[in-house]
Amino acid sequence: MNPFKSNAPWLLSGPAIALFVALLLAPMLMTAILSFNVFDYNTGIKNTYTLEHYIAVFTDDYYYEVFWRTFWIAAVTTGICLAVGAPEAYILSRMKTPWRSIFLLIVLAPLLVSVVVRAFGWSLLLGPRGIFNQISLALGMGNVKILYTEWAVIIALVHVMLPFMIIPIWTSLQKLDLGVENAALSLAASPFTTLRRIVFPQVVPGILSGSLIVFGLSASALAIPGLLGGRRLKMVATVVYDEYLHELNWPLGATLALILLVANLIVMLSYNKILERNYQKTMGVA
Amino acid sequence: MSFLTLTDVTKFYGANCVVDKMNLSVEKGEFVTLLGPSGCGKTTTLQMIAGFADVTEGQITLDGNDITHAKPNTRGLGIVFQSYALFPHMTVEENVGFGLEMRKVSQPARARQVADALALVHLEDYAKRYPRELSGGQRQRVALSRALVIEPPVLLLDEPLSNLDAKLREEMQFELRQIQRTVGTTTIMVTHDQTEAMSISDRVVVMQAGKITQIDQPYNLYENPQTKFISAFVGKANLLQGEIVRHENQLFIRINGEYFACPETHLPQGSQAFVSLRPEKIKLTPLHEGLLNGRIATRFFLGSQWLYQIETKAGLLQVVSSNSDTEPLQEQQETGLTWSTQSLRVLP
Repeated sequence: MNPFKSNAPWLLSGPAIALFVALLLAPMLMTAILSFNVFDYNTGIKNTYTLEHYIAVFTDDYYYEVFWRTFWIAAVTTGICLAVGAPEAYILSRMKTPWRSIFLLIVLAPLLVSVVVRAFGWSLLLGPRGIFNQISLALGMGNVKILYTEWAVIIALVHVMLPFMIIPIWTSLQKLDLGVENAALSLAASPFTTLRRIVFPQVVPGILSGSLIVFGLSASALAIPGLLGGRRLKMVATVVYDEYLHELNWPLGATLALILLVANLIVMLSYNKILERNYQKTMGVA
Repeated sequence: MSFLTLTDVTKFYGANCVVDKMNLSVEKGEFVTLLGPSGCGKTTTLQMIAGFADVTEGQITLDGNDITHAKPNTRGLGIVFQSYALFPHMTVEENVGFGLEMRKVSQPARARQVADALALVHLEDYAKRYPRELSGGQRQRVALSRALVIEPPVLLLDEPLSNLDAKLREEMQFELRQIQRTVGTTTIMVTHDQTEAMSISDRVVVMQAGKITQIDQPYNLYENPQTKFISAFVGKANLLQGEIVRHENQLFIRINGEYFACPETHLPQGSQAFVSLRPEKIKLTPLHEGLLNGRIATRFFLGSQWLYQIETKAGLLQVVSSNSDTEPLQEQQETGLTWSTQSLRVLP
């Protein structure tokens, strides 16, 4: 056996491993250690260890509220992305060239604009002088307050996250045999039944990965809740930001960040389990 | 009144005419095959009957009802797709039962009908399997059984055997024919494989460039092809060009200075024509005892037969002779060739 050959996989993946260790594992480890450091407002971080930050988070109703808000906003965003994105992906996959490429580009367009610019754009639209409020006033429905509410955050998140839902579902649909739909129709299934019974079960993997990406990114989003949620409407990422940069309580910030990571993992893994079990039972492939 | 009729059915894709004023009537219980090279419009015709492609002009009627513009899910036809199009997330049983479920057949009745349909294709033991766990031939049977279980008035087969290997294809040909005879379903098959078309069908419809060129029983089609294209497409044929010559009430064709007697035709004296001669109708004789002498250029051993390519004054002729007790001819060997006048077909 050529010694180079046996080392080849290591050599080839070396850069990626180095990057992964230096930029992900090391900072994570340091954050984990930091979360156990003692913090004093007068002297800063000390080299002694304590569980007080964890105790503080788990005993304070304020943090429960922030975590709960974070997860329901992420869940609603995921739900809306699925409801909008799945049909959109289906229509995209049935389009003919050149329309398909054109519309795919339109779907991806939000990703080409900076998140800050996009958030300010939404705050212009949703604010008291924004077009939504103007229309509502003109129709005599009174003031609608959207900016600095959860719904402003959700609307803006859906706008950013939609491509992450559409692309995986679209990829799953691409693998579908068109004949399968015709087969269902020929067996007297209505077009809707065909979608529900034949198409949908086969795109579950796409829905699964799309949902996980959208949920994960939404739950840890910073800029959009920061700019559209205002000062009072906190999500976990914005609280972490405040702890680090305003309170300078890095250990508490680290604690919150780690709890968010673990909670996120638990939600995503259990969602994955449920859907994948159903899928595996029928398709036999992950 | 025929069971299924196509009247002047025409299909345009844009400005492109794919099927041109097609007329076809199929009797109840008949097995009809649409045969033609790829792009001849046969699959489009099948899709129009199935309702997956719109009819640009013309009319399709089934059992007296106009179904030209009916939705595919209201036609109730059984279709076997080229890719089989089985539902990958359902078991064999669920695949076959799907059509019955859509027809709101009760659970016990459905189970019984599914079991019968699977027995018909010898897949009783595979009911709980998923399509991915089956071989190509088994998937094909599931697709057939799924299409037949709903007892469709017409069964449509789109190149049903093209994804199977040669041996399995031959087995399935017999089985398909036998199943069709058993259940008696009117069947329309699309294929580009002429042996398949001839071995299974009651009638073969030859299509070329969106038009029907001949409709006939397989034997007639083979023996009396109406055009040069069909004689070459259906089976093997030696096509020779020559000039029609009439001499004392007998018709001859002059090919490269040689005269060969041929059957009566309406073609006038002196006109250019082709003769078609099947390779198996030529007999090898000792030198100078036949109609023509030739030299073996190459020979191919096909197991049950020898295929010779023989250089003659009339051109290169293919001759098939069965591998019986006689010694086969060697390459470069000279031989005589003969055939009966009746085996020549004169084509314009």
